[in-house]
Amino acid sequence: MAKAKEQTSATIDPVAACAPEWTDILRQMVLIRRFEEATEREFRKGRIGGYLHVYSGQEAVASGIITALQKDDIVFTGYRDHAHALALGTEPRRIMAELFGKATGVSKGKGGSMHLFDVEHGFYGGYGIVGGHLTLAAGAAYALRYRQTERIAVCYFGDGAMNIGSFHEAMNMAGLWGKAGMCPILFIIENNGYAMGTSVERHSALTDLSARVRAYNIPTEKVDGQDVFAVRGVADRVVRQIRETGTPYCIEAVTYRFSGHGAADILQPYRSKDEVEQHRHRDPIGILRNRLGEICNLTDDDVKTIEEWASGEVAAAVQFAEESAAPDAGELWRDVVAEQGPARENE
Amino acid sequence: MTEKSYRDAIRDAMMEEMDRDGNVLIMGEDIGVYEGTFRITAGMLKKYGPKRVIDTPIAEAGMVGTAVGMAMLGLRPIVEMMTMNFAIVAADQILNHAAKVRYFSGGQVDVPVVIRGPQGAGVQLSAQHSQTFESFYAHFPGLKVVAPATPADAKGLLKTSIRGRDPVIFLESAALYGMKGEVPDDAGFTVPFGVSRVAREGSDVTIVSYSRMLQMSLIAAEKLSRDEGIECEVIDLRTLRPLDLEPACASVTKTHRCVVVQEQWKPFGAAAEIAASITETVFDELDAPVARVTGEDVPMPYARNLEVLATPHEQHVIAAVKKVMYANG
Repeated sequence: MAKAKEQTSATIDPVAACAPEWTDILRQMVLIRRFEEATEREFRKGRIGGYLHVYSGQEAVASGIITALQKDDIVFTGYRDHAHALALGTEPRRIMAELFGKATGVSKGKGGSMHLFDVEHGFYGGYGIVGGHLTLAAGAAYALRYRQTERIAVCYFGDGAMNIGSFHEAMNMAGLWGKAGMCPILFIIENNGYAMGTSVERHSALTDLSARVRAYNIPTEKVDGQDVFAVRGVADRVVRQIRETGTPYCIEAVTYRFSGHGAADILQPYRSKDEVEQHRHRDPIGILRNRLGEICNLTDDDVKTIEEWASGEVAAAVQFAEESAAPDAGELWRDVVAEQGPARENE
Repeated sequence: MTEKSYRDAIRDAMMEEMDRDGNVLIMGEDIGVYEGTFRITAGMLKKYGPKRVIDTPIAEAGMVGTAVGMAMLGLRPIVEMMTMNFAIVAADQILNHAAKVRYFSGGQVDVPVVIRGPQGAGVQLSAQHSQTFESFYAHFPGLKVVAPATPADAKGLLKTSIRGRDPVIFLESAALYGMKGEVPDDAGFTVPFGVSRVAREGSDVTIVSYSRMLQMSLIAAEKLSRDEGIECEVIDLRTLRPLDLEPACASVTKTHRCVVVQEQWKPFGAAAEIAASITETVFDELDAPVARVTGEDVPMPYARNLEVLATPHEQHVIAAVKKVMYANG
């Protein structure tokens, strides 16, 4: 069985922590939060349809990992996917337009919230079947190595995805291919404590989730997913290692979602208000802001500027989405098969 | 032209494409060291090495899912299913992922993955190993479904599958693996999707089929010609999705009578779609309702006599042809 690392806490030294990059990460996390708040508002207004799963509370997991990647690395995730696209650099307005079902959306209005996709920025989706994308990501990692690139794949999934067959098949094959240095993939368990409304204790016979990954010969490391310093610290080291060795690694980020599972999850009978309140004291944005305030003299005014910038970005995204045209009727038939889509250079 | 078996034609197609394009690889259960249950991949591991000939665990969802991921990143994986019966285990990967990711991404990725393997009844493999799946897959937009009836088509259609940009379900007939036929030698030989062919000319009744049932229909047509003087025109569909019914409809315009032959169960089968489409298109030309020849609507039994009763045979085709000619006793 592969090795487990002890839970990792913040490992960035104060000098490094005051690098401008950390302010950028704060800006990104605030942008994600404001973006998600806007999606909830627009959903209630009826301007966003379908399902809507927001990321509020988990920002450090997206930002802490994705900011450690190189430009041409690739990311797969499930349906709680807005933050990953934002962290990868997809324009907020193109994501919002997708949620509004507009032609200017990242997926031309044909995927919606659960199927964001932006290959240009390394984002390979956005999948709606729990656990289904894990095998895709493992295969993609194989392809990256097969084609002799230095690129790596990152695959996010929730604790709820760990009970379905695809999880086990993907882990086993990644573990096997890793022995030949053919599977440069970083698996991220976004352990927010719940598979929709079923807690880890109620959905997993073994509650040490990363132990289940180690059973497939993939080393794991548990990290405080509310502390972006900790997440990023692990990511920097692990990403380098995966790139060098072509072997898989798994980070279990212990986190918490502040909103319901989806926009329709209003009553949340599976958890108490008290519990949510307790976790709100460990808001990843608050933790980072306080840290930067304490050791890098980030002021309230600085924070206010960031907040205003993020609100402005999101307001502009909403306006863009609102003003964009719906897809034309011909789009219905496009992209079903290659003959109906854009020509692409075949290699 | 060289005489080749259906099995060797499939093998030749894969090896020629692997020689031609380094992005083509093959994966499946026991295809490498074991050399394949039907020996289609014999010798390939030695020639191409373990990175291109991947022995996988018995994990169909894992095989197909990883292949879809490879395909999205520019490789051209061929997934060999030991039998297509096992591919149902990967239904989520095939139907929810391979078939849909091009669409829901707004056309941002190609998914050039071929999922191929044998199907069909006839050798007492009973309920879980004797099924046919063409209507199941052909129901889903985003997939292409191929069912070759001859060695030449097996080769030409497989090469088109491997060179394409979409997921292909390539249904081989296990009963045809040993069948021999003339296959073009030209390495550039391919057969396009969605182009049916007239396998036998005739003027009295149109028989529409594909894969093994096409061969059976040809035998029935010869018997009808010899014994009854009835000349059947036999149409080979070759691909079920895309589906080209133009030659079939043109033939019905000439014969005014049509029989559709499939191995699978009657309810919601391929023949239902084919018969309905022909009826919609050339209703006024028909002198009789389109007849269907199908397997019996039961799980496949083991006992040889029961298996024979459960599957369609020449005499069923002959009876159906006579029925549409109102010539039954």
